[in-house]
Amino acid sequence: MAYEIDGKSFESDEEGYLIDLSAWNEQLADLIAKDEEIDMTDEHWEVVNFLREYYNEYQIAPAVRVLVKAIKKKFGKDKGSNKYLYELFPYGPAKQACKIAGLPKPTGCV
Amino acid sequence: MSEVEFDTAGVVKNFMYVNRKAPYGTIYALEVLEAVLISAAFEQNAAIVFVDDGVYQIKKDQDTTAINMKNFSPTYGIIEMEKEDAEEDEDMDMVWRIIVEKESMEARGLTPDDFKVEVEVLSSDELAKVMAEQEVVISG
Repeated sequence: MAYEIDGKSFESDEEGYLIDLSAWNEQLADLIAKDEEIDMTDEHWEVVNFLREYYNEYQIAPAVRVLVKAIKKKFGKDKGSNKYLYELFPYGPAKQACKIAGLPKPTGCV
Repeated sequence: MSEVEFDTAGVVKNFMYVNRKAPYGTIYALEVLEAVLISAAFEQNAAIVFVDDGVYQIKKDQDTTAINMKNFSPTYGIIEMEKEDAEEDEDMDMVWRIIVEKESMEARGLTPDDFKVEVEVLSSDELAKVMAEQEVVISG
């Protein structure tokens, strides 16, 4: 599988996760989001950008529990819940948001 | 449909993870680290111990390019973050300790400054006492 932008091809695995992390850009994120039937809002970007920062620092994607806690700390109490994250990413925040962020599929993915 | 009630209080046990092997060459270090992270998801108490060559797992400045493997040492930063979170969060009773055995550290010419995370240094005798207090000991 691959994503195409302006004739340039970005390789992904069979589930749509980007192979080359460094090839990621915001345009590509938008395209992956479209495949996931997600309209990227500022709230979506907050989560996606957080995941990228976290991955950069720790070299793995966070567990959902960590993600919820971190979002709560950073963006306020009303955003720090599983429900909020599932509203943004109905098929699982870790799974979908990681895909859009161009990160590998989380192990023990919830 | 009737409401299902979940008992969220759950059981909290004292887990000890004993890391004894060098970070690369075997899968032990990475597998134990994964187990530790899972234990955090269930808010269990954890004492993460580094003895023998295991002390190298948290050594600063690891470079794995020559062996063509992913350098997973940044992931140990999560342990430290979890420990700090648990200390700050009043709603959370989780207790985490990061322990290095003094004899192993000294035999390899290392000091606490050589580690990526802040550690408690315990002698072999002190460590044995902590180990005796655990309900579950997992070694790798």
